[in-house]
Amino acid sequence: MYDVRQRRVGNRTFAFVERPVIIGAAAIGGELESKGPQAEWFDFLIDDDMYGEKTWEKAESKMLKQVVTAAVEQSGRNMDEIDVLLCGDLINQIMSSSFMARDLMIPFLGLYGACSTMTMSMLLAASLVDAGFCTNAAAGASSHFSTAERQFRMPLEHGNQRPPTSQWTATAAGAVIVSKQEQAKELCESKSDSIVCLTHGTVGRIVDPGLKDVNQMGAAMAPAAIDSILQHLKDTNRKPQDYDLILTGDLGDVGRKIVVDQMENYHGLKIKDVYDDCGSMMYGSEEDPHSGGSGCGCSASIIAGRIVKQMRKGTIRRAMLISTGALLSTISAQQGESIPGIAHAITVEAVPDAKELQL
Amino acid sequence: MDVQEEITRRSNPGKEEKKKQGKEYEKYAKKFSTKPKYFSNCVKAFIFGGLICEIGYVIQTLLMSNGMNEKDAGSWVTVILICAAQLLTGFGVYDTFAKIAGAGSMVPITGFANAMVSAAIEYKKEGPVLGVGSKIFSIAGPVLACGMSASVVVGLIYYIIDKVGG
Repeated sequence: MYDVRQRRVGNRTFAFVERPVIIGAAAIGGELESKGPQAEWFDFLIDDDMYGEKTWEKAESKMLKQVVTAAVEQSGRNMDEIDVLLCGDLINQIMSSSFMARDLMIPFLGLYGACSTMTMSMLLAASLVDAGFCTNAAAGASSHFSTAERQFRMPLEHGNQRPPTSQWTATAAGAVIVSKQEQAKELCESKSDSIVCLTHGTVGRIVDPGLKDVNQMGAAMAPAAIDSILQHLKDTNRKPQDYDLILTGDLGDVGRKIVVDQMENYHGLKIKDVYDDCGSMMYGSEEDPHSGGSGCGCSASIIAGRIVKQMRKGTIRRAMLISTGALLSTISAQQGESIPGIAHAITVEAVPDAKELQL
Repeated sequence: MDVQEEITRRSNPGKEEKKKQGKEYEKYAKKFSTKPKYFSNCVKAFIFGGLICEIGYVIQTLLMSNGMNEKDAGSWVTVILICAAQLLTGFGVYDTFAKIAGAGSMVPITGFANAMVSAAIEYKKEGPVLGVGSKIFSIAGPVLACGMSASVVVGLIYYIIDKVGG
């Protein structure tokens, strides 16, 4: 009865044959992000990055908890109906996620994929739901400028200089609830919005182009993103034109240009019209982020905020989301290792007609 | 050529080849990067760094005109500038100033004060001993260690030249 080939297409891509749906999504943006162009799409805005807590780490934890709780609330489920919580962040031993999960009492799997965590958690959540292990799975990710800065770079008040290619770790978080289609019944009855479902996922390979400059993160991750996009397109037998949006995580301005150049000039794929990057979208020039935003929260908040909302409205019908991560550590950078990049790709589709779903 | 071997070779390049590929990619990535504005950065650093030194000189002149000798006045200038930088760091102003001033905020003694105080503030949450105590030198410490080592080497060279020459 069970045929593995149904759930695998091409070389490496998972096909979610049951097409799990997103029945809840919430995003939060920090102080600087609230002034940026994405602010209108966030469910919560905070005007103080401390968020009423005593430490930055606690603040990040609270932000993540806030979006997970809000996403669960939106889905109309109780906390004990969520079968698994998949979350990650950038801090050592994924502190923000674990301490957030301590209070929620949901079975918890902590993930580390650097800034690729959002699509990684969504891909895993969809897999677990599709395979029938879970009915509802929560997936989320967070990052905080101040916690990342103190771990990876310099103290906040230190007057160090940032080169133009450096990126700004976003203070943001996002969470989605991925569920079996029957769980969307109430949602379909109460609202006329499209239902967002996950159809495909490609687990990325680590690609290391050999860069060592930690201020060139976007360029270091771009080859991994390209690898995953190409594989995903090949396995699903699609062209960039089949998508309304191809969105990478946090390549920033430099990485974004590399992806476009590589795709158009080396792989002959017209990607420019449908391609964008969360890092480039996150801030306006007034926020002076240099090469754009980064961090798990960057793609998490834009996917759970803007993309899900736009898909519900029907302005985006099919999107490929590729969160990108730089898997370096403070130790590896000091020991002179180059920066390995990774990117996981997922395809999400908006289903306008509830009849297409199995409710 | 054995195709399979070629694929393995390409996916597992040798150390030299890997290095070469990295260098090539770095060059390629630079094409898409905004270059730092070297000239205007230098001018800014010169003006703001000079301004800090000028403030120090004004303080020294004021102290000396009030009857202090040059050596004491010099020490007081150091103390005053360090205290000012520490206070500004504490109020969260120094990093904003540094963003405008660039390297001009780093080179004088004020940059050193900023490096220590910012680390102390940052690690306050981890406690006074293991937080502040162990991290206060996290930026300034390497500078001190390397500076002292360099001075020992230079001192030795000076000593040898002095002995041989004298």
